[in-house]
Formats: sequence, structure tokens, C-alpha cells
Amino acid sequence: MMSEKILYSFTAIFDSPDEVSHATEKVVEQGYTKFDVHSPYPLHGMDDAMKLPPSKLGYVALVFGLSGMVAALLTMWWISAVDYPIVIGGKPLFSFPAYIPIVFEITVLSASIATVLAMLFVFFKLPNNSHPLHGTEYMKKVSSDKYGISIQAEDPKFDEASVRKLFESLQAREIYSIYWDNEELTHKHKILEPKFLTFLFVVAIISSGTAYFTLNKLMYMIPFNWMMDQPKQSAQQKSLVFSDGFGMRQPVAGTVARGYMPYEFKGKPDVAGEKLINPIPISIESLKLGQVKFDIYCSPCHGYHAEGNSRLRGQFPNPPSLHSEKVRNWSDGRIFAVLTEGQNIMPSYATQLSVDERWAVINYLRVLQRALDAKETDLQ
Amino acid sequence: MSSSTVEYQKKELPAKVKTVGMTLLLVGLIIVVLGYIVNPTRTAYNNIIGFTFLASIGVGSLFFVAIEYLAGAVWSAPFRRVGEFLSSLIIILPLLFIPLLLNMNNVFHWTHPAPADKILVEKAPYLNVNFFIIRVVVFWLLWLAFYYFITKNSRKQDQTKDQLLTKKNIKISALFMPVFALTISFTAIDWLMSLAPHWFSTIFGVYYFSGTVLAALAAATIFIIPLSEKGYLVKGIHTDSYYSLGALLFAFTNFWAYIAFSQFLLIWYANLPEETIWFLARWEGNWKFVTIGLLVFRFLIPYVGLLSQPSKMNPKRLIIMASVILFAHYFDLYWLTAPNFSKGEVTFGWIELGFPIMIAGLIILVFIYKTKKENLVPIGDPKLKRGIDFRL
Repeated sequence: MMSEKILYSFTAIFDSPDEVSHATEKVVEQGYTKFDVHSPYPLHGMDDAMKLPPSKLGYVALVFGLSGMVAALLTMWWISAVDYPIVIGGKPLFSFPAYIPIVFEITVLSASIATVLAMLFVFFKLPNNSHPLHGTEYMKKVSSDKYGISIQAEDPKFDEASVRKLFESLQAREIYSIYWDNEELTHKHKILEPKFLTFLFVVAIISSGTAYFTLNKLMYMIPFNWMMDQPKQSAQQKSLVFSDGFGMRQPVAGTVARGYMPYEFKGKPDVAGEKLINPIPISIESLKLGQVKFDIYCSPCHGYHAEGNSRLRGQFPNPPSLHSEKVRNWSDGRIFAVLTEGQNIMPSYATQLSVDERWAVINYLRVLQRALDAKETDLQ
Repeated sequence: MSSSTVEYQKKELPAKVKTVGMTLLLVGLIIVVLGYIVNPTRTAYNNIIGFTFLASIGVGSLFFVAIEYLAGAVWSAPFRRVGEFLSSLIIILPLLFIPLLLNMNNVFHWTHPAPADKILVEKAPYLNVNFFIIRVVVFWLLWLAFYYFITKNSRKQDQTKDQLLTKKNIKISALFMPVFALTISFTAIDWLMSLAPHWFSTIFGVYYFSGTVLAALAAATIFIIPLSEKGYLVKGIHTDSYYSLGALLFAFTNFWAYIAFSQFLLIWYANLPEETIWFLARWEGNWKFVTIGLLVFRFLIPYVGLLSQPSKMNPKRLIIMASVILFAHYFDLYWLTAPNFSKGEVTFGWIELGFPIMIAGLIILVFIYKTKKENLVPIGDPKLKRGIDFRL
């Protein structure tokens, strides 16, 4: 049985830290390179005795710390100075002092996470969790109250007899030979088998799908709805309070909306012509407003000069000239009635023109009329 | 492993050092006296820098010694005497604060507040000449008392080798901690913050504390490493023992940056005129370059220089970095003080050189005086042998 096994290392047990560090120095002197020292707790000065090179872990921390720093800085610069620039508290878009705490934290975070991960997976070679020394008598002793050296068989200077002689000359308390388990040598990590990877993939899909369905479909809740459901009557809703069942109520009789002037002369343009008086005095502002509105709403049919010769002539029944004697003699109120209610084919302009604008248009029309029909006095 | 195996031979420091110390002291003293004759106000401002600098090294070293006792530090046992010698600078502190007390009206304008200045009138119960002098003297007496008791026990141990004396010193050190915390904070407020009496910063005491510890550590490092390398201390000290000096210097460099930045960030962010005025005074004109220089000398150079593990154990590197840090502490105090004297324009001339030269001479001479009277190594300390054998 024993002969089938492959030798991993020769180990020696010592009683005190001083003995083991002395022995370590001797082992180094003999030129062995593939060996390890085991103790229940860290021994000061052992790095020196083993002639270990300085740890490379510091470089991992440095590189990842610096990249975390640069990444944090670039991210914040891009977010707050490039992609979505908002001035906050009167500070410049790129306010370096405000970034320092975050840059510091990210630097520390990425350096420490990278250090731990590098330590576990690069330096400790996880998930390689089996080792020939595990479960041996030697390991039980050096993890409680003894100190041990293990020289590996793969060391180029390794030779069973000479190592044993060296250990004996160093007055080792006990000497063990450690063998590989056959299984350890032939073992393949199950983690890389296609079956396992498929299984992992299926589990990932099922669990994420289940989680998605449960959280987003089964257990979905409106985040908060206090503003949606209020104890108040909405428009068009049935009311239980009023006997007629309407939620919306009529205003009190005689109520007039702000800025609204009722028109009393519907269907009676002649009465309007007698009773309505133009309230807008003639002024530059009023005439300019009238011109703008006339050019927009009246000129398409009546023409810019109210002569009835517009660009639409021929497509509709021809609009009349407003320079006829009839229109000239109409009172402002009579024209107001036409603008408000429409006449023949002309529709009402009450929705397009406010009351004041209608009067302004009439004032401007008077100017146009006067221009073609000037009085003697105007020429003087 | 008993302490009797330690071999220590007391050696005198070379006479050259004493000559250097004497020359520095004389030159510095002449400049200071001339300065007080020519421009008393400006010299008084420099006196404040000098006093706070010397107090930093003296009181900071005592803090360093006390914290070593409290933490039961082993690595520092062979070096502890250097800290004790430097803390004896406490004794000569009056040399620097008495001339100032005579010139208070020139530098502290809270001594004569205008009646319309409501803030200063309301601060008068704390900021008045009598109470100020009482505080200065009481603080000094407290420091002196703790210095006396701690070093007395330490000296006694050289003869008696009584381990109980270490225990006694641990108790005294524990008492010293709150006293140190309060006295150093109020010293910072009294001497430095009250130069701009309308301004306030709640972290100011900690800011001065961080500089104090750095200055004491740097001064100790500058003495420890040449002494140890040239064999004035005990034999067999490994460079691993220097590692802790380097690590502490590095740690407190970061601590200073952390505190200084905390003070700056809050004031910068809140942007209140009554607070920002203090930083603006240090950013206007060519003071801007002094402020940037502070960042470089106090943080960037020591940080990069002490970042790696080997650099914390390299004697040459440590001496250079400790010198930079000690210089940066003086520079920092100059940065805190001088903008109150000359706004917008950096003033630097021969008057500014007087106090640093004089203080360098004083430190060297006091150190030589102590080395003549006492052992450079606490040979009775029970931790000494373990301290010499210290390995990382």
C-alpha cells in the first residue's frame, strides 16, 4: 500500500520557536528552496529566517487603489461636469474638494477588496482546498503547540536520506513523511464539469426567473397611492350628497366668469348697432393691435386693404369690399355684431378675437375706410 | 532572556555637535533680539510660531513617551530615552512665552477690543489678558509636573531595575492623557486660533494635535536613527525597530491630512463669509503658493516617501522624511500665523529665520546636556531586551 503512494514532503517537529527558527536558517543554508514552516501563531522574524522575498500583495493594493481613485474621479467628473451639468450650491461643475471623500473611500474600497480577493484566489490558490498536509499528525501538532518544517519532495536538492539526516542533526523531536492521497493527485475539480456548469446555469435562470415573477408580478404593490386616492369628489363622479346625483354643481344664478362679458344682442344686429358703443379709444396701440388681428383673421377674405380682393378670391363666393357706403355708414356696434355672430358665409370670430380685439379691429377698419374716402379736411 | 544581558556603554556625543548647537543658538538669539528691537510686532508673531513649535516637540514627546507606556510598546523601549530628553524642552518653554506675554497687545487684538465689537466683547470672559496668562502658566506647570514624575521614575529604574516603576508610570501616563488632550487643544485655541479672534473652527485643537505628534515623532526619529546607527544606543537593534517610527510618521501624516481636509471641506462647502475669510486670507496674493507648499511638504512628500514597507525601515529615507516633516510643521505654524500679520503679501526675511535657528540650537544643547547626565537607553526597563530583539 505504502509503496503506491507518492511522497509529498519530509516534516520535522520542534518544541520552541527558537529551535524552529534556528532549524529554518540551517535549512536555508543547505540550499533548500521548496519548504515551509508551520506554527500555531505568526513568528516574528520568520520571514527573515526563511529568506522570503517581500510580499507582492502591496502592488495589488497599489494598482487597484489607484485605478479605483481614477475611476471614481472620472465618473464624478463625467456625471457632474459633462453629462448632466447642474450648478449645486454655487460651486463649480467640477468641484474637486467635494469629490475627495468619495475618491478616498473608493480608493480604500477597491484596494481592500482587491487585496482580499487576490490573497484568497491568487496567493492562497482557493478553491484548491485540499492539501497533503491536511489531516496528518504533523498538522495536528503544529496547529496546537509545536513548530514544524516541511521540505517538499519536488525540491531539486531533495533526497530522503540527507533530509532525514539534516532533521536528526537539528534534533527534531519527530520526523514524518507525508504522502499524497492518490485521489488528491487524480482529482479533478467538479466545478469545471459541463454537467455542473449546466446545472449552475439552469439554477441561475430558474432562481432569477422565480425571483422576478414573485417580486414583480405576485407581490407587486403600488409604491404609494396617497395622492391617487383622496376622499374628494372628482369631476364626472356620481354624488351621494346632492339629491340630483351630480358631482359637478351649477354656479349661482347671475354668476359671471372673470373676464367674460355676456353678449345681449344675439340675432338682433340692428339693435346692437344702435345700442353698442365702442369703448376702446383710438390710439396707436389699439390701431396696431387692430392691424395685426385684421391681417390675421380678416385679410384672407377681405384683403389687406378691405377691398375684397384677397388671395382667396375666386375660391369662395366673393367677399364684399368693406368700403361700400353701407359698411361705412354702419355704426361700430353693427360691425361688432357681424364679428361676433358672423353674417352670411362669414363665421363668428368671437372665439378667435376677444371683445377688446374686436373693437380694435373695427378701429383699424375705420382707418382703412378713411384712407380711401378721405374728407376735404384730411387733405389740408 | 533577562534584562541583565543587555550591554550598554555610555558614550559622550562628539564635541562638534555642541559647537554646532552653540553657534545656532547664538546666531538665532542675536537675530531674535535684533528683531525685537527693529520690528517687535513681526518678531512677536514669529515668537508665537517658535513657542508653538517648541511646545509641539516638548509636550508631543511627553505624549509619545506616555502612550508607549500605556500601549506596553516593546519596540520603542530602546528609544524611549530620546523621547524623554526631548520632552525636557518643556522646562525651557518660559524662555519663549515670557517675551510674548510682554508683547501681547501687538499680536492679539482681543486684548483691547473696540466697545462696538460685540463678538469680542462677548468673548472677553475667556479671551482676556489675565485669564490668558493664568492658562499659559497652569498648562506649563501641569506639563512640568507630568514630565517630572514620568522621567523621575524612568531614571530611578536605571539604578533599581524595579519593574513596579513601569507600572507606576503607566498610571501617571493614563492620568496625563486627558490633561494632554485638554491642554494641547486650549493651547492651540489660545495661541493660534485667537490670532483671528472672530474666526472659529471646532476642529482646530485636533489640527494642532496632529501636527504636534508629527513634530515630536519626527524630532525623535532625527535623533534616534543617527544615534542608533553610530552605536550610541545598545547594540543589536534591527532595522525592523525603525519600521514603527516610519509607520507612525506615515499614519500621522495621513491623520494630519484627514483633519486639515475635514476643516477645509466643511468651511468650503458651507461657504459662510465669517468662516471662509480665514481660508481666503491664505489664498490671496502669493499666500496661495504657501498653501500649496504646505500640501506638498506636509502631505505629498511624506506620503509618497513613506508609502512602501522598505522605505519605513531605510535609515536614510527616514531621516530625510522626518526632516521634511519637522520643517513642514514649522511651515504649517507659519501658515497659521503669518497671514494674520501681513494680508495678501507673503513676508519672509531675516526676522523669520531667528526663531527656527535658535530653537534648533536649543534642542541640540538640551539634548547634549541630558545625554551627559543620563543614560541614552533605559537600561533598567524590563521591556528593553525584548525591544532590542524586536522583529516584524
